[in-house]
Amino acid sequence: MTFRLTQPCDCLSCGQADIDLSSGTETESSDSVIPKGEAQLLQSGASNFQRLEHLLKPALLEIDELRVHYHTSRGAVQAVNGVSFEIRAGERFGLVGESGSGKSTVALALLRMIRPPGKIESGRMLLNGVDLLGLNDEEMRQTRLANVALVAQGAMNSLNPVAKVRGQLRDGLRDHGVQLSNRAFDDRVNELLDSVGLRREVGDMYPHELSGGMKQRVCIAIAISLRPKLIIADEPTSALDVVVQRQVMNTLLKVQEELSASILLIGHDMGLMAQVVDRVGIMYAGNFSEVSNVTELFASPLHPYSQLLIGSLPSLDHKGSFQGIPGLPPSLLNRPVGCAFRSRCPKAFDRCSVEEPPLLEVQPERRVSCHLY
Amino acid sequence: MTALLEVRNATKVFGGERLFRKRAGMIALNDFSLTVEESPPSITAIVGESGSGKTTLARLLLGVAEPTSGSVLYKGKELSGLSRENRVQFLRDVQVIFQDPYEVYNPFYKVDHVLETPIRKFGLAKNGQSHRELMEETLNAVGLRPEETLGRHPHQLSGGQRQRIMVARALLIQPRLIIADEPVSMVDASLRATILESLRQLHQKFAISMLYITHDLTTAYQISHNIIVLYRGEVTEIGDVDLVVKNPLHPYTQLLIQSIPSPDTSHAWKREEIVVDAAAPKSVNGCKFADRCPHVMDICRKENPPLFRTDDLRAAACFLYKDRPKIDSADTGSLMVSPPVATVAAA
Repeated sequence: MTFRLTQPCDCLSCGQADIDLSSGTETESSDSVIPKGEAQLLQSGASNFQRLEHLLKPALLEIDELRVHYHTSRGAVQAVNGVSFEIRAGERFGLVGESGSGKSTVALALLRMIRPPGKIESGRMLLNGVDLLGLNDEEMRQTRLANVALVAQGAMNSLNPVAKVRGQLRDGLRDHGVQLSNRAFDDRVNELLDSVGLRREVGDMYPHELSGGMKQRVCIAIAISLRPKLIIADEPTSALDVVVQRQVMNTLLKVQEELSASILLIGHDMGLMAQVVDRVGIMYAGNFSEVSNVTELFASPLHPYSQLLIGSLPSLDHKGSFQGIPGLPPSLLNRPVGCAFRSRCPKAFDRCSVEEPPLLEVQPERRVSCHLY
Repeated sequence: MTALLEVRNATKVFGGERLFRKRAGMIALNDFSLTVEESPPSITAIVGESGSGKTTLARLLLGVAEPTSGSVLYKGKELSGLSRENRVQFLRDVQVIFQDPYEVYNPFYKVDHVLETPIRKFGLAKNGQSHRELMEETLNAVGLRPEETLGRHPHQLSGGQRQRIMVARALLIQPRLIIADEPVSMVDASLRATILESLRQLHQKFAISMLYITHDLTTAYQISHNIIVLYRGEVTEIGDVDLVVKNPLHPYTQLLIQSIPSPDTSHAWKREEIVVDAAAPKSVNGCKFADRCPHVMDICRKENPPLFRTDDLRAAACFLYKDRPKIDSADTGSLMVSPPVATVAAA
């Protein structure tokens, strides 16, 4: 039982789900398949077989050469600069980076919620084969929540303070064309509250009556209300204490397993990533420096930035001095030629200042953008 | 020798009495005692979740809030009744670093302002030349390049730079004690290490004591010598940081330590459900943690557990250890290790 692996999931229930864009509602048929006993499987020291099975899963989300720029009076800030990755069905993918590395911009781009002066310049985002950039605004609006749901960073601020929780859950459902009787709506809301571990009475409370962890769980309940295939969690626990963080993450993972959905977890807490996700993409200055399986990344980080980042983590096992990463990330306004990390990199050499390293697969399932490899 | 700063059986209650009717107030801090000696300098971490009273404690120590009962003493004198002269001395001796490096700056002033003000107020520099030198020296001490920071506005600097300028400002006055209230919770992991390292260096080079207030046990373990774990205003465990972190005795401390997401993928998080119910009845009597405690006993709901001295350098407020000798909260100073100067230098 050395590491936690991706949970197995039934291919019939995930990945191939139909997206009905015209109505935006999920067919009830997919509700019936809820993989059971996955938690036990997870704990039972998953075998390599399960891991391989997971690798064979079709990609749920494919992002190809995504570029997002913010057009300011001083020029274009290249916040996301040609990012490509895929998330497989049922997978938990982590996006890590310091503030300003573009990780939240990727999430917003996925939801097509980049506002001016930001603009998606180019790229392709396929969700279950549907190009999100090809949808019109109304179709995209229906896709949000139904197929891609967001659990935002500040749970405190994302709920309406003057509406009861029940109403807020119902709003999302109704807006996406779910038509039920009042009683059926109540049952649905109760079910959702149950699934995130909240008492039913919470439905009749206002957000200010709830603690931070409870509010975040309400947000999770809203996010899963239409059984999306992809849940984007943008630093869902950064404002919470460790104990509450653990509860919220457990809740998120539990509902993810029940829905056999994929998770895109965004954050800068490497410890949390190690505990939660299957694969990690480390972003630096708008691009990936390394994309890797989580166990191998922590065991042997390849990119110098990953090495420094993992080396800077304080641990409970031994005391030592803190090793920060000297220097600052480059301005994305005038991208430097060559590798963006070179000014802070202890291993930089001549080639780094001339040529930008491409993201290459140097080991199976591990891609690094560094001239060392 | 009188202690630099001392909290004696302080209790802080918010709310409570209204004009005509009495209501039970919210006890933010209950019968808390802490002594900070001037020498040898030590770093004490105060750890707890939000609502545990750690920021209330910082406010009491800074004299921004007054305890409902008990007292806060600066060199043996009541903090609220300090003479003008002593007050200035207090402000020089005790400095604070706040949590949010984005909100502490006035955006209209250049960052020089936060460094110039203390120099002027305390008359630290004789002329313009030494004024500038002093500023550059302090910035260098916290690992910033003066030419990259001076003359800029706060929005031109990163969160980490801003927070280090705050550290520089605290250092400038050469205090005896720095109270750091969650100094790294708003900055990125890579900068976190840098800021904590500069705090630790200040402690070692300038022999400044520190109170490091945080909810992050990992950094608390790394930086401090002593630790105080608070839960809803009560001390749950207090003592030597190595003892507390490596072998926590109080069920709450155990829960805290288990919940830290370890960057080691072989230390998997346990996925069991954690009992939490924010709406649980907040019993006035009894242990505050009883409703969440896996080891709860009858006595826990009736009496508030006192501190039991479980080791030479540690006490836990839990009836699981009721066969150990009790220790009064005012005597907890004897649990604190003061690092011998030699190891401080070598560390």
